[in-house]
Amino acid sequence: MSRTLLQVTDMHAGYGATEVLHGLTMTIEEGSITTLLGANGAGKTTTLRALSKMIKVRGQIQFDGKAIEGKSTEDIVRLGVAHVPDGRGTFGSLSTEENLQLGSYTRKDKQEAALDQEKMYTYFPRLKERRQQQAGTLSGGEQQMLAIARALMLRPRLLLLDEPSFGLAPLIVREIFDIMRTINQVDKVTILLVEQNAAMALDLAKYAYLLETGKLVLSGLAEDLKKDEAVRRSYLGH
Amino acid sequence: METFIHQVVAGIATGGVYASMALALVMIYQSTHHINFAQGELAMFATYMSWTLINAGVSYWLAFTCTILLAFALGVLIQRIIIRPVENAPVLNIVVVFIGLLVILNSIAGWVFTYTIKSFPSPFPKEPPFGLHFISSHELGSIGVTFVLLLLLFSFFKFTPLGLAMRAAAQNPDSSRLVGIRVGWMLALGWGLAAAIGSVAGMMIAPVVFLDPNMMSGILLYAFAAALVGGIDSPGGAVLGGFIVGILENILGAYVIGTELKLSVALVLIIVVLTIKPAGLFGKVIVSRV
Repeated sequence: MSRTLLQVTDMHAGYGATEVLHGLTMTIEEGSITTLLGANGAGKTTTLRALSKMIKVRGQIQFDGKAIEGKSTEDIVRLGVAHVPDGRGTFGSLSTEENLQLGSYTRKDKQEAALDQEKMYTYFPRLKERRQQQAGTLSGGEQQMLAIARALMLRPRLLLLDEPSFGLAPLIVREIFDIMRTINQVDKVTILLVEQNAAMALDLAKYAYLLETGKLVLSGLAEDLKKDEAVRRSYLGH
Repeated sequence: METFIHQVVAGIATGGVYASMALALVMIYQSTHHINFAQGELAMFATYMSWTLINAGVSYWLAFTCTILLAFALGVLIQRIIIRPVENAPVLNIVVVFIGLLVILNSIAGWVFTYTIKSFPSPFPKEPPFGLHFISSHELGSIGVTFVLLLLLFSFFKFTPLGLAMRAAAQNPDSSRLVGIRVGWMLALGWGLAAAIGSVAGMMIAPVVFLDPNMMSGILLYAFAAALVGGIDSPGGAVLGGFIVGILENILGAYVIGTELKLSVALVLIIVVLTIKPAGLFGKVIVSRV
């Protein structure tokens, strides 16, 4: 067992008076891919938002052994947590290149960042063709690639991905999953992946958590969850 | 013919001032979707600061520079102390805060500097430049200052990381936070910049309209017209709108309606734009499904 990068204990979160997460406890191992599964409204997106402090959170969150209580979203980014939100969150009126530059906004090593930008263009050659184009005019798949590339420009230690396959053609989804595998294996980025496409997510991930209405119902190795009768019936469709 | 050319050139000179003020309005509108009604009074107040410095014996350009910096600081402070607490309040509350700010700045200026009209120096010579008859040195200088200001702002927003971050924060605050941009400070910086731009506009127009606590009220109305003509969400449009309004105002004032009714040009323009093309010349038309 390698070391823990993120430890969440009894996390509660929600919107206004409505609580969505009722005491979530989970562990993310450094260097792994962990996937968070569940139906619509289970609290997957809320979990990611809570981790980035985009919403009010109660409970303990330790990143790299240190409590992140009282830190703002902007501070969390500076710890090395990159979040690709649902709906991608690209800057539509800015160019592809400007979007990538914003990804490395908090980094001091600007020359290294410029090299990383070229690296992103080798990961996603289509973004290179579109570098001067307004991000809002890119296709859905390209925007998702841009969102992931922008997050990687931080050189994150932990990448939070919210449904990267949403609304995309199967071929593009496969391409994006391949890239996720590469950045995990080559760049050693720890990934927490929220997905609707449970089959693909379980193939990619090492660990999996299953959420139902704001509570954890199952957790373990992804391959074990794949064999679980209840998971098969509800999420894999066979 | 010469008087006509002079009217156009003078229109470009005052148009530059409207353009700057319109740009200041648009900058704040883009990041917060609020119209800062106190923008003109901020500029007036800054012009008084510069007047005080010049009267204390500071050289013009040093006073000019200090005023820009002071106005910037004032803008940042106002945003942090007065605007930030009501940021998420309903729009009417914010409008009331802006109007309150307008009245307070106006009254403080009247209280400290009195309502007596004062002359404000121009840094440019009295004689027309290069022996030309259709333009005064102040007009030419004012046009030059406006263009330098616009060029600097354009370069800042286009080529610096901070400028890019400010544009990002205006466009998508949530995503900006997710890349680590401190959005709250970007808004304060925007206020600072808008106030600084306004101070330049104030110092350029004060030799023409003279200095008094109400000197910017008419100017602000023209700036509103300019911002609406160009499109309230388009910085480039606002600048162009400023020049269009400046020239129109002068020509219509000289040949059609007379100087007394000049200000109504702004009002008519605002109404025409809002009825015929609410998004302005370069504004984005927002269509939403229901």
